[in-house]
Formats: sequence, structure tokens, C-alpha cells
Amino acid sequence: MGKAWKFGHDVDTDVIIPARYLNKSDPQHLAAHCMEDGDLNFAPNVKAGDVLVAGKNFGCGSSREHAPIAIKACGIEVVIAESFARIFYRNALNIGMPILECPEAVAGIDAGDEVTVDLNSGQINNLTKKTFFQARPFPPFMQELIKAGGLAPYVRGRRKNG
Amino acid sequence: MAMTITEKILANHAGLDEVVPGQLITAKLDLVLANDVTAPVAIQEFEKFGTDKVFDSQKVALVLDHFAPNKDIASAEQCKFIKEFARKQEVKHFYQVGRMGIEHCLLPELGITLPGDCIIGADSHTCTYGALGAFATGVGSTDLAAGLATGEAWFRVPESIKFIFQGNKFQPWVGGKDLILYVIGKIGVDGARYQAMEFTGEGISALSMDNRFTICNMAIEAGAKNGIIAPDEKTYEYLEGRAFRPYTSCFSDKDARYVEIMEFDVANIPLQVAFPHLPENSKNVEEAAGIKIDQVVIGSCTNGRIEDLRTAAEILRGRQVHPEIRLLVFPGTQNIYRQAIKEGIIDALVEAGAAVSTPTCGPCLGGHMGILAKGEKALATTNRNFVGRMGHPESEVYLCNPAVAAASAIRGEIVHPREVL
Ligand code: SF4
Repeated sequence: MGKAWKFGHDVDTDVIIPARYLNKSDPQHLAAHCMEDGDLNFAPNVKAGDVLVAGKNFGCGSSREHAPIAIKACGIEVVIAESFARIFYRNALNIGMPILECPEAVAGIDAGDEVTVDLNSGQINNLTKKTFFQARPFPPFMQELIKAGGLAPYVRGRRKNG
Repeated sequence: MAMTITEKILANHAGLDEVVPGQLITAKLDLVLANDVTAPVAIQEFEKFGTDKVFDSQKVALVLDHFAPNKDIASAEQCKFIKEFARKQEVKHFYQVGRMGIEHCLLPELGITLPGDCIIGADSHTCTYGALGAFATGVGSTDLAAGLATGEAWFRVPESIKFIFQGNKFQPWVGGKDLILYVIGKIGVDGARYQAMEFTGEGISALSMDNRFTICNMAIEAGAKNGIIAPDEKTYEYLEGRAFRPYTSCFSDKDARYVEIMEFDVANIPLQVAFPHLPENSKNVEEAAGIKIDQVVIGSCTNGRIEDLRTAAEILRGRQVHPEIRLLVFPGTQNIYRQAIKEGIIDALVEAGAAVSTPTCGPCLGGHMGILAKGEKALATTNRNFVGRMGHPESEVYLCNPAVAAASAIRGEIVHPREVL
């Protein structure tokens, strides 16, 4: 269970992790500056298990994988958005950072609400408002990728079965 | 079945006779590239793929351009880490300071991105190579690591949107940058999300390769998977004496299917300025007239090519940069820099009061060499004006073409070039 942090539409990767911090790729270094240009209170106050909620086209802009890495390293359990930018979507799956597309949940969750998410079923519970949402499931290929634990183990598995 | 150029390239690389939008495929790669920011993460991931050799050392490019020349010790460590990997793997296309350029200017110039290619790069502006008729798309470091290990990547075949530019009567000073900013203004920063943007029509045929690179470069700014322009005479002329290996051009069938077709007459597209903080906030330059700026940046993978510098010099020659303005010029590659020296462009720019730098991404991503202070405004020929992109989170970036940038540097505020000539 965690608290919801809410952001608007078109949150770009420069907001998620500004380029000035990309001279190092250590996840803890990135986590310390996560969302800095969007909300200075985020990185110091975010707790493990919290949930990031945003509008459409989350993660647009650069291809930096540092963006989902930073979000994951600062303890966010899942990102729920109306939609995701393409490269961010791939990157998040590839590093095993859970993301869910669910416009209804985005509309029905306010900043600070207590939220629980069941990643297997895609069920989202807003405990504060006592409401419930069902996120769209991943296509089968993505489910396989997630099941394997990300792209590296997936490819390794395929090479073995070759 | 009829296919678009994007579908044909993907089918060819997946070993299939045809593909349809939505289909998941595994495609063979002709080139895999990364830079000094994304390569270190990719190299660490690569080691988890159960192989110790890259799939083909001739098909890997590593370009040190973002924080190079190294801006600090941490950047130096990243570049050193990549250098050691490149040496060990005998990477053919490894470029250090002195030979490097901004990756998306450099690789086409070296003839290693070719028509019909399937290319991934750990940099979102990899879509630039679509200007040569290649399928090229940005990925993250893990996808790149998989590409390095296997020479393959998985894709969902994108739907295509066709953008037809009718006519060739461009308004004065209008170029590729204005066309693409205009389109993004119409469809928004997620208007082509997950899709292919195919640019065609008389207006595109009339444009030089430099202008076409600018257009495809910014496809990602509309959320697209790739931007693409079919090769023609100008493409082949550009490739003459440059192409590093044989290639096979692809073209869209006449009855290929598109999710949408949008038509514009180039005569109706005025000079554009994109207001903070999204590229979709593009407006007619007249609406930006009078906005006071502190810094002007001419360069980047969008507009750091020789024609861009020629345009800037044409306007700045014999005139002076406004005393309160910092004008920074970044040629895209060493070759562009040399050519600009030969043509007297660099002399004209320096004489006008510009600071000209060695090729680097530098200020484009707020990395180094031209960072904005709180409250400062920049006008730039780059591609992104996100919050904090060029420095302080409370600074602002406006986007435009090189002519508007040069003219505004003279005036100290945003102007239409005719105002200073
Ligand atoms: S010039 Fe700017 S947009 Fe282009 S590769 Fe460098 S940082 Fe990215």
C-alpha cells in the first residue's frame, strides 16, 4: 500500500531525471534527483510502495533508461498513466518497472490517496475514496517478457532454447 | 499486399514477405548505436545477455558527444569506460573528441546509415536517419544491449501516417524546421505516438538533405516510432562516395494503407517559433516578435549542419550580435566545422560576436557550455524546450530555425529575419 503522487500530461524524461545528472548512472544517484524539475518535494519524501499517477504520454522525450531506473530506485511500486510514450514503455518493461495504462484510475485518484495495486490482475484500489479500477492487461508477448523478468533473461532463455 | 516503406523495410529484416501494423516481429539490425550517456548502462546490461562478443563489430557505433569534451570527472569516467569496451570489442565506428560529431550529424555523413536499413540507437533522435529512407528508431539501453548481443530487436509494426507537402513555393527563410514544427503544432507531442510518420510530396522533393534530416529528426517530438522519407535523386547524390556498404532502397506502394493522410501546401506555412515548454506550442514567428532573450543557440542534431551555418552567416555577415545576447554556435561535426572555415562562415560568425564551439551536444540538453540561469530565456535551433532542458528549471527555451535565430541574436529579441536585413 502506498501514497499516490500525481502529475499532469506529457511528463517528459528531462523532468523525470534532468540531463545534468546523467554524468553518472548509479540508480541511487538518479533516485535522489527523480522528478526534481517537476516537484522538488518528490525525491526527499517518496516512500517505498508509493504510486506515481500521471496523464497522457508519460515519459515522452529522450530514450534515457535512467528515467524508469530513477523511478524504480526511489521506491515507486507502479506508474499508472493514461498513456505512455513509446520508448519509456519499452524501457520500463525491459528493466522490470511495472506500469499500467488506466485513464479511469488516473481520473479517480488524487494526490495523497492511499492506493493498492495487484500487478498480476491489474486491479487498482483507491482505499481513501473506496473505489476500484481495472487496468488494461498487457499483450501476451509483453506478459512473457515480464514473466521472464525483463529483456535480458528473456533473450538468454530464447538463445538457450534456440 | 501493398505496403508502406516502413512496413517493407521491417518485413525485409524480419525475413517475411509481408507484415501488417500491430504485428510483433524480430528484425535483423544493420546498425546499433549509443552515446556517452546511454552506452555505459547498455554495456553493463550487455554483460547479462550471456555472450562476451558484440554480434558484429562492423555494425556498432559508439559516439562520445553529449558530455564530451568531458565536462567533469564523472563524464570522463563514462567516456573511458566506453573507450575500453570499444577497444576490447574492436568496435569499428568509435569516435572520440577530434573525430566525433553529434551522432545524428556524424553517422549519415560517414555513410553508415543507408536507405533500406533497420537501425536502433540508444538515443531518441535516432529517427533522423529516416531522411535517407531507413527505418531508424530510438530505444533504451536494455534494448540496445540486446541488439549488441544478438543483432536483433523486437518491434511492433507501426501504423503509418502520411504527410503530403504540396507545392514548392516556400515563404522566405522557411525550411525543414518550420515544416516539422508546424506539423507538431497541428498533431501535438503525442499525435503520432507509436506510429510511423512518412513525409512526401513536391515540398519534400524540393528540400535538401540537410532540411530533410531536420524533419525526420523531430518525428520523436510527435511521439513517433520513426520518421521516413523515400530516397530520391538528392539522396543518391548525397550518398555518392559516402555509402559504407551496399544497400537496398524501399518505396511505399501506391495503394499502401495509412491510418491518416494529412496534406499541407508549403506556401501556407510561415516561419515557426515553439514556445516553452513543449515543441507542440509552435506559432507564427510574428506572434513571438518582441520576446526578449538572453541566449541564442545555433546547432544540434536538428540544425547544426552546413546549410544551417550558411544561413546563419548570411544573416550575421557584416552585422553585430546584440551586446546583451550570448550567441553560441555548435557545428555538428568536424567536417561541417572545416567546411564552414573554408567558406568563411566561422570568420563571419566570430566577427559578428558569436562564440563558436567544437562539436558537442553541450547546451542542447543542458549538459554544459551554455547553461541558462534562473529566469533566462533562450532561442535555439534545437529540438526540445522542456522544463529545465537548457539549465535552471525556471529558464525557458523557444525553438526556431537558424534564420530566425540569427536575426533574433542581432535584435536581442525574437524577430522575423526581414526586420534586420
Ligand atoms: S544535439 Fe541534443 S537532441 Fe541531438 S543528440 Fe545531442 S543532446 Fe540529443
